[in-house]
Amino acid sequence: MPAITHHIPDAMIAAYAAGSLPHAFAMVVASHLSYCRDCQAALGAHQSAGGALLEAAHSEELSPGMKASVMAILDKPPTPEPVYDAKGIYPGPVMQALKGGAPRWRTLGMGVKQNILYEGDGGSARLLYIPAGQAVPDHTHNGLELTLVLQGSFSDETGRFGVGDVEIGDEDLEHTPVADAGDPCICLAATDAPLRFSALMPRLLQPLFRI
Amino acid sequence: MVTVNLDKPPGRKALHGVSPGATAAVSNGKAFSQLTIWLLAIRDQRDRAAFGALFDHLAPRLKGFVMRSGASSALAEEIVQDVMLTIWRKASQFDPHKAQASAWIYQIARNRHIDIVRKEHRPVPDELSADPGLEPDASQILGLEQEAEQLKLAIQQLQPDQKEMIEKAYIGQLTHQEISSQTGLPLGTVKSRIRLGLGRLRKELKGLR
Ligand SMILES: [Zn+2]
Repeated sequence: MPAITHHIPDAMIAAYAAGSLPHAFAMVVASHLSYCRDCQAALGAHQSAGGALLEAAHSEELSPGMKASVMAILDKPPTPEPVYDAKGIYPGPVMQALKGGAPRWRTLGMGVKQNILYEGDGGSARLLYIPAGQAVPDHTHNGLELTLVLQGSFSDETGRFGVGDVEIGDEDLEHTPVADAGDPCICLAATDAPLRFSALMPRLLQPLFRI
Repeated sequence: MVTVNLDKPPGRKALHGVSPGATAAVSNGKAFSQLTIWLLAIRDQRDRAAFGALFDHLAPRLKGFVMRSGASSALAEEIVQDVMLTIWRKASQFDPHKAQASAWIYQIARNRHIDIVRKEHRPVPDELSADPGLEPDASQILGLEQEAEQLKLAIQQLQPDQKEMIEKAYIGQLTHQEISSQTGLPLGTVKSRIRLGLGRLRKELKGLR
């Protein structure tokens, strides 16, 4: 198991348990939890609190016949749901987004590639591929961004991030992550706002590449 | 004498290895909560009577819980029905070494609610292998049961406004901003109340771990 030094903040784990995180962030949190015993323990604590609240909840009367109708379909086979297991460097939540397949990389220039996994109202999530020694061009954030390392590592002004580590960026963080020597760095990055890659390409081109 | 099979149920394939199981017998299930006893009977014996009893106890609370998030009575019942069926179908994944019955059901309820309302599959973490230093045994289960009892007491002791805030946080009433606009409380107050309430709960938890 990798030694993880950069974790998900506790409040975000609580929000994940409650289901109030946007989907793209939930992907990153679930992926980090797939590596991290400490954060799974924190999740367990929040689930316990949620469970205690559920037990203390005020009861609401059910429609008559509801129980009978549930009992009647207990053994009806459910619609099978695909289960995506971890594969290679990708934890289960990423495999789910990839629907079990391999990433389909689109080049962004300078050897940097991306594969958009999800785009919705609450934000977007993508895989990023950054060759060793290559800088992810300086980008300012317009909102919150979570970056989880899946392979290799990167370093920036705030420290070094290895497999399982999460960097949390917001409006105040102007940084230049550079992939460390060794394997190319592959990350899962989620944001609740469009990223602005200030140095990589003119802003006009951004809608084209959906960055 | 109720014999409870404590073998670890088969989980999803994890990134890192698998864990050993353990078997123990607990006299009359003493110190096990009623929820746990029902769930184990459903898991191990596919006991429909136990499921019926669980339904009677849980379904009305679940409906109340889901409605607290703003769902209509009809939507809440759709979710409750789905959660109850999921409990029956996924009972094999319940492991009392890892989570209290109420915590396990809470997470199912939140997941199903989100899946139904957002129509997208909520990402779920891979299972980690058991901590190598921790052989699963009955004391872990009893520790978790004790924690649940303490939490229940802690919740009873909260001020009504603190309890309301915590409920909203754990029922998934989205952001602090939304909580603020729903209750008419200024954002700073909301945040500090959540922190107060959570801090209190966490203190209770700390005393146990
Ligand atoms: Zn962590």
